[in-house]
Amino acid sequence: MSRQWILRRILLVIPAMLGISVLLYTVLALAPGDPFSELAQNPAVPPEVAAALRAKFGLDDPVWVRYGHWFTSMMRGDWGFSFVSRMDVDTLILQRLPTTLIVIGAAQLMAILVALPVGVLAGIRPYSVFDQIANTLAFIGFSLPTFFTGLLLILVFSIQLDWLPFVYRADINATGWKFYWEHIRQSIMPVMVLGLFQGASLVRYVRSSVLDVVKLDYVITARSKGIGERKVVTKHVVRNALIPVVTLVMLQMPVVFGGAIVTEQIFRVPGIGSLLISAMLANDTPVVMAVTFVFSCLVVLCNLIADVLYAWLDPRISYR
Amino acid sequence: MTVTQSAPTGVPAPAAAATATTRKKQHFSPWQEVWRRFRRHRLALASSIVLGLIIVTVVFGPLVWTVPINEIDFAAKLQGPSWAHPLGTDDLGQDVLARMIYGGRISLAVGLAAMVVAIFVGVLVGAIAGMASGKVDAALMWLSDLFLSLPTLPLLLLIIYLFRDSLKAVFGVEGGIFIMIVVVIGGLRWMPAARLVRAQFLSLREKEFVEAARALGASRTRQVVQHILPNALGPVIVAATIDVAAAIIQESTLSFLGLGFPPDIPTWGRLLADAKDYLDIAPHWALASGAAIFLTVLSINFIGDGLRDALDPRRVI
Repeated sequence: MSRQWILRRILLVIPAMLGISVLLYTVLALAPGDPFSELAQNPAVPPEVAAALRAKFGLDDPVWVRYGHWFTSMMRGDWGFSFVSRMDVDTLILQRLPTTLIVIGAAQLMAILVALPVGVLAGIRPYSVFDQIANTLAFIGFSLPTFFTGLLLILVFSIQLDWLPFVYRADINATGWKFYWEHIRQSIMPVMVLGLFQGASLVRYVRSSVLDVVKLDYVITARSKGIGERKVVTKHVVRNALIPVVTLVMLQMPVVFGGAIVTEQIFRVPGIGSLLISAMLANDTPVVMAVTFVFSCLVVLCNLIADVLYAWLDPRISYR
Repeated sequence: MTVTQSAPTGVPAPAAAATATTRKKQHFSPWQEVWRRFRRHRLALASSIVLGLIIVTVVFGPLVWTVPINEIDFAAKLQGPSWAHPLGTDDLGQDVLARMIYGGRISLAVGLAAMVVAIFVGVLVGAIAGMASGKVDAALMWLSDLFLSLPTLPLLLLIIYLFRDSLKAVFGVEGGIFIMIVVVIGGLRWMPAARLVRAQFLSLREKEFVEAARALGASRTRQVVQHILPNALGPVIVAATIDVAAAIIQESTLSFLGLGFPPDIPTWGRLLADAKDYLDIAPHWALASGAAIFLTVLSINFIGDGLRDALDPRRVI
């Protein structure tokens, strides 16, 4: 993989970011009402103060000037001020981002751990009983909406069995091992909801990608050399079958973020997904715009990682 | 040899031709052939029956079950299933079955309408990109790549958050939200269909029968509408089926998060959202609405899988 290719791919992030930011800003600009209308129409605020505020925030400038202003300040990390939480949006988001990333990361890990063995086993014995059961379960898995699985898990594990807490608490007053144990205990259900949903769709990708590889000549060669079946599968089939799966895991990120918003909302996980919903219900536009922008950045970043990983794993790609 | 290869009217024309040569006596039209192949997929067949039942219940249910959806009766609140209320009652004593039937109409209508929007835009963009090639193609594919890398749910929420009040004023509460949700869900889901159609067009437009049509002087529109599009239809039908399921899930998600239809209009997602605070005392409420979404989506997904097998002419069943 040439350094030049990576550099070119990284440069491609710029038009993508520009495109997404233009789209987001168009939505905002087309929206009726102005984000400061409440402040400006408040009778307690004299008109000259309101006019000064409008001038200060540049609300009367033409649209492209406002867009340029917004985009450059977003890039600088100056994301505005949350009128509801009374703090800077960037500190608010940075406080909550780690929780979201940990939950999403753990869920993806779980999805891969479930989907890999199941998908590989189903793929090397297509149309067997195991394959059919796995396929049916996968269909059930991605037909179950995350919000319903979440409620089902709460019903079973919190209400019926009383094993797990159903509200995620950020302020656990315990130290040492107990602190970590409590954190793990309250993360089990959100991670399971997201992980099982992702795992269900991954199983099908892994299976079809194994099916594609299994018939290739080099696998037959490996078999004819007398290598054991287990070694053929683990060393020859799986390694190559996983290349497209790695990309798919990364490209599925927009769906994962959607699922994360729902799960955070159900279990009241204090991440940026629940921040987005509460900001919307409280009409806190700066936070809403910033969180959407962060989600978009994360998606673009994941696409970049997917491409670079793919080129690294499959060297034929970068020479195109 | 029996020649059944007329003009490429339907999708599985080659498959129909193949079976026609093996069984010389029987004649199958392409759609009969699709049905014959679809029946082999047992889960898909069972799913069509389930989905058919759900649709019949939702469409004709109010004629049979005439309990009003908003009759408040605090004496009977949060009751479990009984003869008077087969699916129990909610926190205001309203009948859950009646609300589920009404909500199903909205959920299914949103799913279908959003699918139509997504497929229409997708086929249009894909067809233009596939026929035009060159700069137009590159630009359209860049656009679809851009849309693919948008975080769908946050963007959906953002658009609804910003626009719901003004649309409500223009089209009324129900109509405004319906139009917006359909357009937005459909408008963020056209990319897979567009890429599919483009790929089909790129290969089909070089095929001999299209070349023949071109040689006979068929206009570009005629080539597309009469010859290319019918043959590209198979994967599009499958994508459309999956889109209905995805749109139903997305609408339910929006309603569940409290940003879909207003609280007084029951949709399946909204019912589930209301039910989630009473999980411990009235689990039947959440289970009923959740199961309805799950069953509908699952059966649509299975039907899509069955159609995928049935419409792929290269696949031997």
